[in-house]
Amino acid sequence: MSARRLLLALLLLPGLALGQDMVVRDGVTLTPAQEKRAEAVGDQLRCLVCQNESIEASSAKLAHQLRVIIRQQVVQGVPNKQIMNYMVQRYGIFVLLKPPISPLTWLLYASPFIALILGFFAVWFGRRARQPATAPLSQAEQARLDELLK
Amino acid sequence: MSPLRRRLLFGVPLAVVVAGGAGFYTILRRMQVDDYDPHALPSPLIGKRPPAFTLPGTDGAQGFANTDIEAPAKPMLVNWFASWCLPCQQETPMLAKLAASGITIWGIAYQDHPDATADYLARFGNPYQRIAADASGLTAINWGVYGVPETYFIDKTGIVRWRYPGALTQQVVDSQLMPLFRKYS
Repeated sequence: MSARRLLLALLLLPGLALGQDMVVRDGVTLTPAQEKRAEAVGDQLRCLVCQNESIEASSAKLAHQLRVIIRQQVVQGVPNKQIMNYMVQRYGIFVLLKPPISPLTWLLYASPFIALILGFFAVWFGRRARQPATAPLSQAEQARLDELLK
Repeated sequence: MSPLRRRLLFGVPLAVVVAGGAGFYTILRRMQVDDYDPHALPSPLIGKRPPAFTLPGTDGAQGFANTDIEAPAKPMLVNWFASWCLPCQQETPMLAKLAASGITIWGIAYQDHPDATADYLARFGNPYQRIAADASGLTAINWGVYGVPETYFIDKTGIVRWRYPGALTQQVVDSQLMPLFRKYS
């Protein structure tokens, strides 16, 4: 291959020139493994603009900027937990799609158990209040019933 | 079935519906008078000083850094705005009124072109004593700003005491902002 053709190939295939396994997302170049880690972090963070979307899924400008910050930190080797802390420091625990257990969220996490206990009490009281089953028929009554049904 | 149980059976669902209705009514009424915003988030900056930043001025005004608001002579407001933001335009009369009453307001233009900022201030008035430009929006991220406008109340020791996301209205000023000025001045 001539030097000219090699140059052309390099120009046409910048991906090849960089090494095939790099991806570019939101303007940041990173390896697929790094991108996967960045996505895992972004999936756990709430977009502050459209509050029911994750940062990964949102098309808001702020979400894009936060995706860039996540990827830059991933490339620098910052651990996931530290990236999450970076976001919580700025936006509070609301930014976490899965809020941590804290005094503020105790009631939230306890609610299924509270419902279970309330349900248990409801059933228990319901049973207790139910009238006792009818007493079995006496011999005379049984005889009368047999007579009638004959 | 005893009469009491029968009454309970009818009464409990009715009570739930009435309580739910009253709750929804309260939420909707408070939303209408700007007393409640379901999207508003509490700011983690409250009780702290703003993070370090240095921003250049825009529209001929002086910019500022975090060190400039570490010990203001009196409590002040920092207002994040942008020329492209409609609620910002809506709150301009309120900001003008606050500035006229002697309150110090410094502005930060969020992700805005200098020309657009200048046009906006010429059109809607300039209540700001200093105006900084956060063109990249990175300082905004450090402050936890998630939309414009946002207004921060900073006390004499430079600590953020209150953050309001959204346009300031008379209701918000009367019920929240004025008590803060009385408390911290």
